[in-house]
Amino acid sequence: MAKYKLHVLVCGGTGCKSSNSLQIIENFKSLIAKNNLQDDVQVIKTGCFGFCEQGPIVKIMPDNTFYTRVKPEDVERIVNEHLIKGRKVPDLLYTNPENKEHVSDSKHMDFYKKQIRIALRNCGFIDPENIDECISRGGYEALGKCLSEMTPEQVIAEMKASGLRGRGGAGFPTGLKWELCAKNKADQKYVICNADEGDPGAFMDRSILEGDPNSVIEAMAICGYAIGATKGLIYIRAEYPLAIDRLKIAIRQAREYGLLGEDILGSGFNFDIELRYGAGAFVCGEETALIHSMEGMRGEPTLKPPFPAVSGYMGKPSNVNNVETFANVPVIITKGAEWFNKIGTEKSKGTKVFALAGQINNVGLIEVPMGITLREIIYEIGGGIKGGRKFKAVQTGGPSGGCLTEKHLDTPIDYESLMAAGSMMGSGGMVVMDETSCMVAIAKFYLEFTCEESCGKCTPCRVGNKRMCEILDKITKGNGTMKDLEDLRNLAAVIKDTALCGLGQTSPNPVLSTMDNFMDEYIEHVQDKKCRAGVCKSLMSYVIDKEVCIGCGKCAKGCPADAITKTEYIAPGHKLPSMVINSEKCIKCGACISGCKFGAISVK
Amino acid sequence: MSKIKLSADKLNTIKEICASFGNKSGEVINVLHQVQGKFGYLPAEVQEAVAHELQMPVAKVYGIVSFYSFFTMQPKGKHPISICLGTACYVRGAEKVLDEFKRQLNIPDGGVTPDGKFSIDTLRCVGACGLAPVAMIGDKVYGRLTPDKVKDVLAEYAE
Repeated sequence: MAKYKLHVLVCGGTGCKSSNSLQIIENFKSLIAKNNLQDDVQVIKTGCFGFCEQGPIVKIMPDNTFYTRVKPEDVERIVNEHLIKGRKVPDLLYTNPENKEHVSDSKHMDFYKKQIRIALRNCGFIDPENIDECISRGGYEALGKCLSEMTPEQVIAEMKASGLRGRGGAGFPTGLKWELCAKNKADQKYVICNADEGDPGAFMDRSILEGDPNSVIEAMAICGYAIGATKGLIYIRAEYPLAIDRLKIAIRQAREYGLLGEDILGSGFNFDIELRYGAGAFVCGEETALIHSMEGMRGEPTLKPPFPAVSGYMGKPSNVNNVETFANVPVIITKGAEWFNKIGTEKSKGTKVFALAGQINNVGLIEVPMGITLREIIYEIGGGIKGGRKFKAVQTGGPSGGCLTEKHLDTPIDYESLMAAGSMMGSGGMVVMDETSCMVAIAKFYLEFTCEESCGKCTPCRVGNKRMCEILDKITKGNGTMKDLEDLRNLAAVIKDTALCGLGQTSPNPVLSTMDNFMDEYIEHVQDKKCRAGVCKSLMSYVIDKEVCIGCGKCAKGCPADAITKTEYIAPGHKLPSMVINSEKCIKCGACISGCKFGAISVK
Repeated sequence: MSKIKLSADKLNTIKEICASFGNKSGEVINVLHQVQGKFGYLPAEVQEAVAHELQMPVAKVYGIVSFYSFFTMQPKGKHPISICLGTACYVRGAEKVLDEFKRQLNIPDGGVTPDGKFSIDTLRCVGACGLAPVAMIGDKVYGRLTPDKVKDVLAEYAE
């Protein structure tokens, strides 16, 4: 990277790509060529920078200028001003929402200040399609260290000492998992990477694979060396085409460099990786279901024991870790367990990557030390709630987790305290909700997801969740009774106790945690037939105040259902007759309210 | 095998794909991925042909096709519309956007317009949560959608 004077890093992650970042790259390339700068400036398509809200993002190195919401037509100005004249383009810089000042260096943005990047260390810095860039930032150093200086036992001891726990959700200690698999003697063992990220609203693993695929490949090879496996398999969602492409490129390049294949780095250790594709089944995130799916069967879970460490893929001992867990491994080996150990809390070490989304100002991918509070994440990194509205809840752990509220804002985030608060760490989805979200509807949303994704093998999950979902549907339609609320709790308890796998056992959590924290909303739906967030359509009707309506007719024009007509009543002081909504035709889309400048329309 | 009405061409494609995976039944998911990639969907006769090549019961193939949401037995429209109903999009109003698409095209979720031009599906998280709510038409992503933008989006595909 030394010969260029300037590097233009453009985010090529899925979010920024969706807002045309590839065209931005093209424009940079052609304008750089036109100005004869190709020997001085290099354009690099990187993985995700994390600050998706402000995408597409363009970063100029080495002066670390961070341009946000860049459009293809802005490129010319950046080239003429910044690349040629060395002047920053102020209106494309990030604007601090509080003091309206332009911030050019990401280090000074609230979004990045509290983050510590371990798993995401290379995301947004390197071209993920070029292994040399990864190597120049220390990639494959850890593998070299393991193969030349450490015995497999030492690698496992280091992992155990680091305190790293599984980042896929349950938080099982990684070193211990490796040790269990290493102890089982077999002619063939497997290292499996779980990249079947199915949690709606979570994109951590995808961003790692898109931004730094080599970190996962390196870690799998280290794991293979530690447990005595020569084969690695990555089970990845077919819905992630970009991550699949980049993994394929990385695997090919690693083979060419002798970092995968036979006799790696002359050590005599053999290891190679193949990809396996998921086909859209949330339950396949469960390790036994994942293994069945890789074997070409329906992805149904089986009872543990036997654990995969004893009998996994093709009946052989297998070690399954998630993408983010693997991404931590090389750093632990190079910097040492002791260094890693210092980050985080007593029982939860290191950092956690979260996909921060929902009604929050700074949507994006963040990596924070364990022990940080929700308040710091939501108000400092996340920049608070969108539109200055009031915070209501944050959902962690996806369909297996629960909602945390105002009273949990100062809880330090680690595996145990989230569990104690009625939620869980989960894979890292963090969805922030404000007063416009109805908690009963959210519970129903998650249960609909579980019903769709239940594999159907065990009755509590297949039938129980369906029944719970029906009850919730009844409540949101205004037909619920107090007995229904009791039934929900009873059903939830039975499902938790009797379902076969983790998906079923945790599926009632969204209902239980919303009932625990927002019981008044449930009771309102049942007794007053009211949805205070204005989400449950059956409980609302739109009305026009005939005294306020000036009869401009804008609402009628904008009404997609032709439900608004003129009346014959002209209010005192007005010239035109007021409008009225036909409640039978009204689809309750809310288009009329947002269009009315006079505040004449309200929800009752 | 008399029931199979596939053209010789299509049958050959299936045979080639199965052979490229060594006709192993353990590779059935990979085979189905490729077959769907070629044909767009997996109707019963295609499943029968795959089962025959891999020497496994049709019921097993059907069991897999119906289990995984990525596989479909319905052909999609020329411009398949997928609306993200991931949590991030949901709390930012994706349901209203979905309702508007359904209303404009007058088809249900999972349906295809009579002229075969559009189909509507929902999916969970395309990962562009910063742009929520998001819909995809073909490979193109439309972000920050609201119900009143739907009409203009569809107008882009007028012929």
